[in-house]
Amino acid sequence: MAVVEAVVQRLRAVPGACLPILHAIQDELGFVPHDAVERIADGLNLSRAEVHGVLTFYHDFRTAPPGRTIVKLCRAEACQARGCTALERRLHDHHGIAMGATSADAAITLEPVYCLGNCALGPSALVDGKLVGRLDAARVDALVQAARGKRGKA
Amino acid sequence: MSSIVYVPSDSAALSVGADDVAAAIARHAAAQELDVRIVRNGSRGMLWLEPLVEVATPAGRIAYGPVAAADVPGLFAAGFLQGGAHALRHGVTGAIPFLQRQTRLVFARVGVTDPLSLEDYKANGGLVALQKALATAPAAIVEEVVTSGLRGRGGAGFPAGIKWRTVLGATADQKYIACNADEGDSGTFSDRMVMEGDPFVLLEGMAIAGLAVGATEGYVYLRSEYPDAKRTLLAAIERACAAGWLGQNVLGSGKRFFVHVRLGAGAYICGEETAMLESLEGKRGIVRAKPPLPALQGLWGKPTVVNNVMTLASVPWIVAHGGAAYAAHGVGRSKGTLPFQLAGNVKHGGLVEVPFGITLRELLYDYGGGTASGRPIKAVQVGGPLGAYLPASKFDLVLDYEAFAQGGGMIGHGGLVVFDDTVDMRAMARYAMEFCVVESCGKCTPCRIGSTRGVEVIDRMAGPQRPVQEKLLRELCDTMANASLCAMGGLTPMPVLSALDHFPEDFRRS
Repeated sequence: MAVVEAVVQRLRAVPGACLPILHAIQDELGFVPHDAVERIADGLNLSRAEVHGVLTFYHDFRTAPPGRTIVKLCRAEACQARGCTALERRLHDHHGIAMGATSADAAITLEPVYCLGNCALGPSALVDGKLVGRLDAARVDALVQAARGKRGKA
Repeated sequence: MSSIVYVPSDSAALSVGADDVAAAIARHAAAQELDVRIVRNGSRGMLWLEPLVEVATPAGRIAYGPVAAADVPGLFAAGFLQGGAHALRHGVTGAIPFLQRQTRLVFARVGVTDPLSLEDYKANGGLVALQKALATAPAAIVEEVVTSGLRGRGGAGFPAGIKWRTVLGATADQKYIACNADEGDSGTFSDRMVMEGDPFVLLEGMAIAGLAVGATEGYVYLRSEYPDAKRTLLAAIERACAAGWLGQNVLGSGKRFFVHVRLGAGAYICGEETAMLESLEGKRGIVRAKPPLPALQGLWGKPTVVNNVMTLASVPWIVAHGGAAYAAHGVGRSKGTLPFQLAGNVKHGGLVEVPFGITLRELLYDYGGGTASGRPIKAVQVGGPLGAYLPASKFDLVLDYEAFAQGGGMIGHGGLVVFDDTVDMRAMARYAMEFCVVESCGKCTPCRIGSTRGVEVIDRMAGPQRPVQEKLLRELCDTMANASLCAMGGLTPMPVLSALDHFPEDFRRS
């Protein structure tokens, strides 16, 4: 909660501070804890309902801790034209990773994203904030393997 | 003498290994004690060739691509620093037909210069327009933009100059420039390429807009899906402020203009201008009813110019060369150039900036080279997830806002997503409804509820009740198109009905 308090103090004077505050908290913690809502509401003189509304409106914000690697796989049309649906299925069927969920070993959180602006080089994904293109089954397998290999170091 | 090698830092190039290539080149040059300077430029927009490495030679810049890190030893052995022959060599970059045939006004510097070098920017025509604007009366700047015929490049195509005129005429203690960089349409990346490849042109366009309408604060609402663009934009703002052409005293004129970057949070609807304003204010991205127009009551209730990245990035060229010179390009009421984006299953995907008036066929085949899979093109979706799916019989449509709309399409932000004959158009229609379920802001019923009903009806069309369900789907689409508050619900029927009308056979399979 010290992180939340510090972020609120640092950003509360910014016009329209709610989104920047939620981003900053998630950048530090990987998610926005439920009890952050009250602190933010207090700091911005908003109701808890308003802050909760913002937190749950936007797809980016998580309210539970993610896995060690976050994979945002593009599901939009241009990536569909290049086979992203098959990759989503492969992640599910071969690796046991469901869209919108964290794998049982907490290695990977798989989230849907609708366009990464890499539409001529799809299928694309954002892996821990890094854009990867020209994905295929082999590259997806390698990506999962690398993410699962991070277990020891974490 | 040192050799100059260009390796793009555009995120499309990074996504296929440009950093590894740059590192490999640096390593080899060091090992062979060669004096090589690596410049990280933007992308030329020939994305199938990324990572595209260029070498400066007396004959011009020579292109090699797509280069993998593993190709680097071979390139050095082939003498690529002198433009030597190699299987990946494509000759002088500017002479590659894909690039040579384009009319690059907005994209003139993208891929050519170092995006964060103010010296490069100035040496290639940058800041001329801002200096000119500082010596021009605000109303005269606005009239120049009106003369150019520039229309909003975000999709709606509203004349930018008219919008500016409204904001200029409004009286308020504070006005804003809000740049819409929430480029959410699948198949589009021109905004991203400009922000990563020539960010100063956007900042210059915003500053000119500020001078023209009397706004001192600018906000860029940038989608969170573009982390590389964010880094480049923030660095560019810092440099522009340090150099004194943004901030308290723009180029010593005594006039102020500040630019702030705000991140979205993964909501497609925030590309709708009023939802974007709500989001900038720190709220849920719920669409506002219009009127009041944002031009009169926009950000925090103040008069606001809301323009897309591409619109604002077109302004410096217009001010520098004159509105009439811009209007000389294009056809009908569609003036100037549009950076089209070739995406999806296309052989030569990338950015094509050409005057309005080109046909779909020219873009798909002469530039795009057909599909990447080598199979026939079955459908192309133009204008993002709310745009129509068009079959081959529509490929001779001319890309001009009015003519294209008359032909049942929508140019939108200029993205073309290509599908080969393996695509199932019922699945694409279903996806269009599903996307609306995910992204609807929820304010109006036709969009919020209609999209969910739409998915269900399309699913039932696979069964024996198809004729009844089809009738239901058409009625539902009619309600959504005519009773939704904004384009999200209002245009979702476009991909759905175009798929149904042009590819009925795909809906007949069970």
